[in-house]
Amino acid sequence: MPKELSRRSFLKGSLVAACATCASQVPLPASAKAKDGQELATLIDIRKCVGCEACVEACREVNDFKYPEPEKPFPKMYPNRVKVADWSDEEGREVRDRLTPYNWLTIQSATVEVDGEETELSFPRRCMHCQNPPCADLCPWGAARKLENGITVIHSDICLGGKKCQVVCPWDIPQRQTGVGLYLDILPSLAGNGVMYKCDRCYNRIAEGEMPACIEECPEDVQIIGPRDEIVAEAHRLAEEEGAYIYGETENGGTNTLYVSPVPFETLNKAISKGPGQPHFDKVEDQMAHADNLAKAMLIAPFAGLAAAVGRVYKVSKKLDDKTGEVL
Amino acid sequence: MTLATTPRVFAEQRFFKPFYFLLLFTMGLTGFGQMPIFKRYYIADIPGLGWLADFYATHYIHYIGAVVLFGFFVYAVVVYFGLMRRQFRLTWAAYVRIALLALISITGIFRVLKNLPDVVFSPMFTMVIDISHLAFMMFFMAFGIIFMISKKGWLDKKLGF
Repeated sequence: MPKELSRRSFLKGSLVAACATCASQVPLPASAKAKDGQELATLIDIRKCVGCEACVEACREVNDFKYPEPEKPFPKMYPNRVKVADWSDEEGREVRDRLTPYNWLTIQSATVEVDGEETELSFPRRCMHCQNPPCADLCPWGAARKLENGITVIHSDICLGGKKCQVVCPWDIPQRQTGVGLYLDILPSLAGNGVMYKCDRCYNRIAEGEMPACIEECPEDVQIIGPRDEIVAEAHRLAEEEGAYIYGETENGGTNTLYVSPVPFETLNKAISKGPGQPHFDKVEDQMAHADNLAKAMLIAPFAGLAAAVGRVYKVSKKLDDKTGEVL
Repeated sequence: MTLATTPRVFAEQRFFKPFYFLLLFTMGLTGFGQMPIFKRYYIADIPGLGWLADFYATHYIHYIGAVVLFGFFVYAVVVYFGLMRRQFRLTWAAYVRIALLALISITGIFRVLKNLPDVVFSPMFTMVIDISHLAFMMFFMAFGIIFMISKKGWLDKKLGF
């Protein structure tokens, strides 16, 4: 019995084929360029995505030159609790259903009820590019950092692969490949374990005035890019006029990737596969809020110390007499 | 013995040392905790030390320690100049410690600035800050051990006291 060809699978097949042949480089429109001091954000409209994976293929194609080419055999790790993370064989490189060092963008899907009708939604998932990224803030080596235009990148030539960025990332985005990077030249068995990889939102293409590949190749215009305040305004317009729900505006203190969905994100979160390389849609508190508040306290602390010391000196000076040996 | 040369014992002489030692030990421990080493090397497996593998916990404590440290530095400087300088002078070992603590603090301040949402440094500068903060702390620890073995304290009594 022949399989019924759904609209979704038809579009998926034909659009992948069409996009694979499309090699044009669409310039970043002036409206999508960062204004002075403004961060660039993207808006992903889940309602438009057909799950064709054109964005995944485009990402893999344009970022291929950034992918790791590890040296084998891998150094033996001491202690052996440090596990090898290897995606470099043929099978590993082809994985598309989760984030890996060779797959920085994955399509998630969820079957949910929209307007009383069971509907399969699909949507691209990748780094959220937080406004205050814990991965960059807490990287002990300076390998992960945020650019002025709001993109968070991991420098593969500096990263030691300690995986701290993944541990502190609320969505566990960065993925490790063993056997590559700076750690091989330092203490390969004792410190580090490769390099962490994730979406860099095609920062090199943006620097040259081009669009990120996933946006450029999307046949359904699922994503738009622009200054964050304009992207947030557009998300709010969609929420107010079309009843969409927003994710990313306030998560982790605000991210530069916003999603709009026809169903609440709590619903979507329950319906997606979650696990390694498959990010959630949970609510996320601002992970670095404590650091920002304590940074302000650091400004006040010297004045508190000064006030306490002046009070102490004044008090002792008043007591000064010939009481030798007495503790003042 | 005149009033000006009457030796006095200040409460700070008793509580500064344990407080300073505890504070710097905490800062050192949580500072090293910023690197993913405590879990890797089973230290966080020791009962009671599991928190050392929690990067947010160690970061939080490190920042609180910095708040206390900055207040303490100013307190110590004012109390030294206001009360103790007549009776004591700083040793050369104290100047070495002060210089290293200043370098650790300055690089730490830049690290805190870098972690603010709207502050972006170049990768090279970020790396220099990160590595120098760690290197100055290593020097501080090395000199601390040398001074402890050679019994070089912070203060010497001035002549006449």
